[in-house]
Amino acid sequence: MIVPFSNVLAVAGILFALGVFCSVVRRNLIMIVLGIEIMLNAVSIAFVGASLRWNNLDGQTFVLFILAVAATEVSVGLAIIVYAFRRTGSFDPGNFNLLR
Amino acid sequence: MTLYGFFFYLISAMVIAATAIAITRRNLVHAVVYLIVSFFGTAILFYLFGAPFLAVLEVIIYAGAIMVLFLFVVMMIRTEVTEEVVFPRSQLLPAAIFGIIYIIVAIMIITGTPGTEISLNILVATPRQFALYVFQHQWFSIEVISLLLLLGLIGALQLGRLK
Repeated sequence: MIVPFSNVLAVAGILFALGVFCSVVRRNLIMIVLGIEIMLNAVSIAFVGASLRWNNLDGQTFVLFILAVAATEVSVGLAIIVYAFRRTGSFDPGNFNLLR
Repeated sequence: MTLYGFFFYLISAMVIAATAIAITRRNLVHAVVYLIVSFFGTAILFYLFGAPFLAVLEVIIYAGAIMVLFLFVVMMIRTEVTEEVVFPRSQLLPAAIFGIIYIIVAIMIITGTPGTEISLNILVATPRQFALYVFQHQWFSIEVISLLLLLGLIGALQLGRLK
């Protein structure tokens, strides 16, 4: 016996809220991508806990997919951020107004 | 409370505290290093939940590869420490409203779902069992994910070549 399943969900929910806070409030592209990473991490905690709750390995398989998607998203996202920094010289999303 | 439960609460408190410190740092290097601490804690949580292979992957991929990629970008581009307002006062009211709605809905979901009060058993999926399950039931998804990684590689290379 470890802990009730609700506590695992509560921890995952708190972490997800922190990730949303980070990517909504911060005015820095790198911190926004970091917030998305925190959210994906929280979802993986919920998946692994649910996998233990129902004795089913599908949850752990999904965490494997989440890892791959996170790696892809970070590589492409950071490439886009570096490109945007070269074009505008800023990390602030408010400065990306070339179309205006 | 058993020893496992004590470890769970200790590690979760550490993970949440490290994440909360990380998302409020102005210095990006400090934020990334605090997040590495958070991901190590998550790996220990995975180990507690009986997923030792995923714990190893979490350390190698998340704390090892992804965070080092962030560190590379932060150090490659010389960032001036901007006078960034972390929490603008004009957005305090909408943030409070949506945060309270989120908390209420989360508590309702967690307490309303039947079966969330069940204690988790101690059960370990060894890497051998996990690999057999993945490649017997989800082999097609693994192929699709590998294609996605290839596409990500091509996209990053192409974006790096653009002038």
